[in-house]
Amino acid sequence: MDLYQQLILDHAKERHGSGLREPFEAQVHHVNPTCGDEVTLRVHVADGVVQDVSYDAQGCSISVASTSVLHDEVTGYPVEQALQTYEAMRAMLTSRGRDSGDEEVIGDGVAFSGVAKYPARVKCALLGWSAFADALVHAGVDITPPAVAVTTPVGVSAVGSLHPTDDKDPS
Amino acid sequence: MSALPFTPAESARIRADFAILTRTVRGGRPLVYLDSGATSHKPRQVLDAERHFYEHLNAAVHRGSHLLSEEGTDAYEAARHTVAQFIGSRDEEIVFTRNATEAINLVAYAFSNGAAGGGGGAGERFRLGPGDEVLITEMEHHANLVPWQEVCRRTGATLRWVPVTAEGRLDLTHLDELLTERTKVFAFTHASNVLGTVNPVRDLADRAHAVGALVVLDACQSVPHLPVDVTELGVDLLAFSGHKMLGPLGVGVLWGRSEILDEMPVFLTGGSMIETVTMQESTYAPVPQKFEAGVPVAAQAVGLAAACDYLTALGMDRVHAHELMLVRRLLDGLATRPWIRVIGPTDLHDRGSVVAFVADGVHPHDVGQVLDDQGIAVRVGHHCAWPLHRALGVTATTRASFAAYNTAAEVDVLLAALDSVPAVFGLEVAS
Repeated sequence: MDLYQQLILDHAKERHGSGLREPFEAQVHHVNPTCGDEVTLRVHVADGVVQDVSYDAQGCSISVASTSVLHDEVTGYPVEQALQTYEAMRAMLTSRGRDSGDEEVIGDGVAFSGVAKYPARVKCALLGWSAFADALVHAGVDITPPAVAVTTPVGVSAVGSLHPTDDKDPS
Repeated sequence: MSALPFTPAESARIRADFAILTRTVRGGRPLVYLDSGATSHKPRQVLDAERHFYEHLNAAVHRGSHLLSEEGTDAYEAARHTVAQFIGSRDEEIVFTRNATEAINLVAYAFSNGAAGGGGGAGERFRLGPGDEVLITEMEHHANLVPWQEVCRRTGATLRWVPVTAEGRLDLTHLDELLTERTKVFAFTHASNVLGTVNPVRDLADRAHAVGALVVLDACQSVPHLPVDVTELGVDLLAFSGHKMLGPLGVGVLWGRSEILDEMPVFLTGGSMIETVTMQESTYAPVPQKFEAGVPVAAQAVGLAAACDYLTALGMDRVHAHELMLVRRLLDGLATRPWIRVIGPTDLHDRGSVVAFVADGVHPHDVGQVLDDQGIAVRVGHHCAWPLHRALGVTATTRASFAAYNTAAEVDVLLAALDSVPAVFGLEVAS
């Protein structure tokens, strides 16, 4: 199956940056209401840089690996760049396969391009990333993309939702 | 117990009635549909009945006096009769709703409305307030859980629940402390949509009645799969959905004993359900019309009646025997795979036709994905029974569920596909 790239399986097995750490400015808890997967995530931001993303994740390989990749791709980067990575990841995942992802921007995140073809799994891959964006808001960061950014207002309004999904809870 | 599973020839004839079973999925693989607990497929006979209604009888039933309205109304009421016969009820005890969720909410809101002095019934037993208790169980589907949480919040009543054992049966050890004079309602499921457990309805209903509680049964996973006779069950109200029993989406049933429905305050109000209306107030039609506000879902009801006829022709005892044969085959196969753990009873005693399980080291979502890649449709997640999963210490499960059109060969395809799962995730299992 092209969905389960080796990189995803590796990240699912060995979760980078797993565990809740201090210091942090904000902590959020996000769930995927369809399957009960959940993530508790903390951000530590200082001097305009994402100093740490720490988390406790329970879920399928896609959601856990995606959160592990999130840790790698945003920790140590300026907040602005981390937000661009988030937007690019979100855009790829919600593209239904039209956007295969830019490795320059999302790094290992490109391994998740296959997920976009499985609409039921998109929210798995987004769980940690949505939690990250929400945590930034709680940490007082303005995450509104600049006017020039190629994003839609829909993405902005989805951020901060406790149930970061466009779908309805099917239960 | 003399009923036999369907023969291969009978199975082939049944499957020929379900066009969707001939389609292929995921790169041309035959569809192996093991998700009938979520929704069943619909035979040609059901689709034909709906189509016939729309092509020949379509009218807003129970209003108007033209010919189509007459004939449409006759078809709708004939459907009510067929559904009533199917569960051993009288016609006027059948209320058509949009689904089982609405049927349970209808009852829950009747209690809310009763507490608020709502009309359409005078029943003291529908007045809930502080000090009163609503009893449910830990194995309920959210549809028979959340409405009761809301009722308690609105009325000040207290929600209590019967726990489940590790094996997935109701733990009735302390039932006498849970089911008391304070209990106004005991709402529970006939057959668990996760565990497959079939609960001892008659015994529980008798004990509830002994303390004066009303008994509400969620029959979504029983009416489609085993013979159900409401008079034998001894409950007061019972809900099920059409779409899980080979019928159309958009129609469900609330059954209630006449005297209960008579006393029950109204839920949805508007057209159809009234007797007289002035600018100040209204009086309501007799049951079942007082619970059927708005233009009835006539075509769907006719389709549901066709589904009842279809199941009756198959014989519900044989449907049950056939599905239990499939459950036995699956449970036996899973038992030889020590890396899989069944969540729910593993004996066939009082068991329905769903089998939930977890695989070591692989999340159910991932199990389902690998199965889907091989054309096998199962349900993954908490199956709208999140508290039950928490109680059993699992986040989610993979669930296979059967209907009359499934075959032993499909169980074997599932078992073989499961064997391919660990390797996808780099796991080795002891065989």
